[in-house]
Amino acid sequence: MATVEQAESMTETVAEDGVRRRDFIHIAAVSWAGVGAAAVALPLLNQMGASADVRALASIEVDVAAIEPGQAIKTSWRKQPVFIRNLTPAEVADANKVAVGTLRDPQTLADRTKPGKENWLITMGVCTHLGCVPLGAAAGEVKGEFGGYFCPCHGSHYDTAGRIRKGPAPLNLQVPEFAFISDTVVKIG
Amino acid sequence: MSFPWANEYKPQHPVMQWVDERLPLPRFVYNAIGGGYPVPRNLNYFWNFGVLSGVALMIQIITGIILAMHYYASIDGAFNSVEHIMRDVNGGWFIRYAHMNGASFFFIVVYIHIFRGLFYGSYKAPREMVWLLGVVIFLLMMATGFMGYVLPWGQMSYWGAQVITGFFSAIPVVGEPLRQWLLGGYAPDQATLNRFFSLHYLLPFVILGTIILHVWALHIPGSSNPTGVSVKAESDTVPFHPYYTAKDGFGLGLFLLAFVAVTFFSPNMLGHPDNYIPANPLSTPAHIVPEWYYLPFYAILKAFTVDFGIPFTGIVIIPAKLMGVLAMFGSILLLFFLPWLDTSPVRSGHYRPLFRKFFLFGLIPSVLALGYCGMMPAEQPYVMISQIAAAYYFAHFLIILPIVSRIEKTLPLPNSITEAVTGKPLETAAA
Repeated sequence: MATVEQAESMTETVAEDGVRRRDFIHIAAVSWAGVGAAAVALPLLNQMGASADVRALASIEVDVAAIEPGQAIKTSWRKQPVFIRNLTPAEVADANKVAVGTLRDPQTLADRTKPGKENWLITMGVCTHLGCVPLGAAAGEVKGEFGGYFCPCHGSHYDTAGRIRKGPAPLNLQVPEFAFISDTVVKIG
Repeated sequence: MSFPWANEYKPQHPVMQWVDERLPLPRFVYNAIGGGYPVPRNLNYFWNFGVLSGVALMIQIITGIILAMHYYASIDGAFNSVEHIMRDVNGGWFIRYAHMNGASFFFIVVYIHIFRGLFYGSYKAPREMVWLLGVVIFLLMMATGFMGYVLPWGQMSYWGAQVITGFFSAIPVVGEPLRQWLLGGYAPDQATLNRFFSLHYLLPFVILGTIILHVWALHIPGSSNPTGVSVKAESDTVPFHPYYTAKDGFGLGLFLLAFVAVTFFSPNMLGHPDNYIPANPLSTPAHIVPEWYYLPFYAILKAFTVDFGIPFTGIVIIPAKLMGVLAMFGSILLLFFLPWLDTSPVRSGHYRPLFRKFFLFGLIPSVLALGYCGMMPAEQPYVMISQIAAAYYFAHFLIILPIVSRIEKTLPLPNSITEAVTGKPLETAAA
């Protein structure tokens, strides 16, 4: 066993460039400790992500047969409101009249709906500004200057395609991934 | 603190100098667990277990805080939330198993730490305060561990809460009201679970504070060593860093290896299967057993089966139930008096042949026997064995130690730590 006195009398072999063997051992040990710390930190951080039971709620099916043109329903998907709106022919025409180039977030109504189902506007009911729920889905609510949705919190106006037209919100109302699995049933997610 | 030859903290970097002048926290750490703390050069691996206990507590606190992010303290939701952690939370099984087995490993290293102290006379002057704070930490750990075990609200959780709070009902006059006050009702219920969750979250931080005091008290006289001979000169010590950081780091590696081996390969080995049955207030498990680390004390509790009174009169002075409870608490509180029960001037069991025999062949077997009887049902021969072992346990501290301290002829002590290590006498003065 090396004692303190021996350690003091030991002359260290230093290479010409001044690097000792011990320097390598230090770096290797600290690096390996870092790898270990990272390996421990990963599961400790990962546990905060969405758990399996939350992820399992990733899709819903909605029967839209009862929604007349001009009406909309609110439903909930991933604990967030979703607006499903049956546009009247006038509203579809309104949306298609707009020159796309003039929009803040340029998209056509066709980009935001399914072919042959242009009257079904399905968007998240979450204002892209700060996440409030805009008005306009339920009967009697204010629909804003462009006849779509209006978010009163900070004054964002959305048109009949759910596109941002006026106010602070940067983007159009998000369209979730959805598909018609029959003529009247929509699967969201 | 400690010795005049301790290295002084000299910050090189201007930023560190700036910090040191305003808040000398790095200096404090350097003097506590860095190059500024001189430690006897001859410590053996038994001296690793203090640091290991601290690491085990940190593992418990980190995993515990994470578990609390996913747990619901409700009698309807608690059991299911534990299953939710096990099945749905990302890596939740790992966090919970680490916390479960971390508790066991915490007690393993603390028990080794305590027996190290008992054998090497670490409780003797001038370190009595270190020992007293250590016993406080041990009591807090037992309270914390018990409350944590109640939280999953399984059968053992529920009936453990019922039995442990039942201890307090043995106290004359105020017992039953006290028990109902502790439970917040007539039996363990929502109020009990809520308060245990609150306290189980709080107490580890109280333990942490007490550990800081424990280490502070240790650093006034400095660490003891296997010879029990006090440090006399600079050649008796080495700086804590790098010498003992390296040695403790090696020990920590082995500890973690054992810990993950159990956590990954046999996570329920130390648990009781009945705790995977949701709590049922209308049906008691066949035998209620505490976790393994409480078994010796549980055996002492069960060893008292006869009422203590005046013979042939039927007058009972102390009923068996109260006697068992008093003995169980007494067996731990006894440790507070140890520094004054053992009056031998020699610290280390290494130089006390008679003490060593009683310690190795008396105390340790009696505690192990108590632990074994604790998990067995209350029938013969286990009751008899636990009575004999409990009697020896108390006799060891109250009778044997005081007598041995007086009559024992101790072996000659080395003149210094340096001499014990190198065989060469300490060079005094012109060292």
